[in-house]
Amino acid sequence: MPEVLSAVLIIMGIAFYLAGSVGLLRLPDLYSRLHALTKADNLGLGLLTAGLALQSPDLFVVAKLLLIWLAILAASATSAHLIARHARRRETRPCPR
Amino acid sequence: MSPLSLALFDILLLVSIVVLAWTALTSADDRRSVILFMAFGLVVALAWARLLAPDVALAEAAIGAGLSGALLLAALRELPSAVPSSGQALRQRATQGTVSVLSAALAGMLAWILTAHFEGPARDELARAVATHLELSGVSNPVTAVLLNFRGYDTLLELAVLLAAVLGILALGPGRAAYRPSGPIFDALARWLTPLLLVTAGYLLWVGAHAPGGAFQAGATLAAAGIVLRLAGSEWIGLPHDGAVLRLVMAAGVGVFLAVGVSLLVLGRPFLGYPPAWAGALILLIESAATLAIAATLVLAFIGGRLPTEADRKGDAVTAPAAGAGANPDPSDNGEPRPC
Repeated sequence: MPEVLSAVLIIMGIAFYLAGSVGLLRLPDLYSRLHALTKADNLGLGLLTAGLALQSPDLFVVAKLLLIWLAILAASATSAHLIARHARRRETRPCPR
Repeated sequence: MSPLSLALFDILLLVSIVVLAWTALTSADDRRSVILFMAFGLVVALAWARLLAPDVALAEAAIGAGLSGALLLAALRELPSAVPSSGQALRQRATQGTVSVLSAALAGMLAWILTAHFEGPARDELARAVATHLELSGVSNPVTAVLLNFRGYDTLLELAVLLAAVLGILALGPGRAAYRPSGPIFDALARWLTPLLLVTAGYLLWVGAHAPGGAFQAGATLAAAGIVLRLAGSEWIGLPHDGAVLRLVMAAGVGVFLAVGVSLLVLGRPFLGYPPAWAGALILLIESAATLAIAATLVLAFIGGRLPTEADRKGDAVTAPAAGAGANPDPSDNGEPRPC
């Protein structure tokens, strides 16, 4: 049962990554691309982490996986903010759509 | 995992490495080249992990992708963004041609060595020699046993190379001024990330005795903490304020290594021939000193010179009154609204 749940979580995580990557390639402007990339990838990584945690041999590994997820959440939220702020300061306009 | 899916993964990995390397080299935009190079480093780290070399994978991810990328981006800020003249473009193309020919020759030679090596039976005398003597080394991670015990000389000389490099960096004069403060959101990340990086560095140093990790990975992580502080606008970035203490830290790697070696000579043992009962403690001592030295070296490389003193800052104010300390005008920022 944990194997099945783990596989489901990992596949869902991959689907979010796929959606984020499609968004990065297809969305019209920087802000919406950033939005797609950071939101979808953060959730995708969370699902992937949960799936891997179900397969890990002990709690120490689970704690390390959780820490990696939290660190990437903080880092990607901050870098999305920095990129968007830089773009706003350079007055890159959002696309009217 | 089935062999087929692993083979598919490996092929994907190989194709990504070659494509990323190619696009990084041929990209017209320097910043894009650097970012592709960082992605290349991360994929190469994955390849090392697939080759069952987690120690190298860690070092590649921390130094090859992370720190080299930060160094290259910092260097890029200093470069003028002028369009090269036709003479320069010609010379650039000549250099690129030469580099391509030499790289192709190197790749051919490596391929020849690889095929020559794989023709004979597998050669694992060295691996077996390490495995049989591992108990005497004081650590249970064979990589650390080789780096710090069986081939301690090599690591000592590597640390000496790093020391020579940092002396060269210091000779460049005062480093770049601190960046302007980055705002509350990055500050919050830095506040949270710096202690985490310090703990991770300590963990990597300690765990190196029995699992992948060690002084180089720990030093790179410690240096990453310094670079995060620098990006947040800190001037001292965790380095000791006192120049004499900083020099001691920089020399600590080579110094402690040599002191251990010479003490063993005095006690009638071979140079760096640790007594098995003490080997673990001595290796930890040397690696701790080396971690600090490596981190200080990498952070000074990021600053690109010695820490600016009061006198340097006054000089800055006189020579460049318009720029001011820490200002970083964006050369591409011409004030025009840009289209989406």
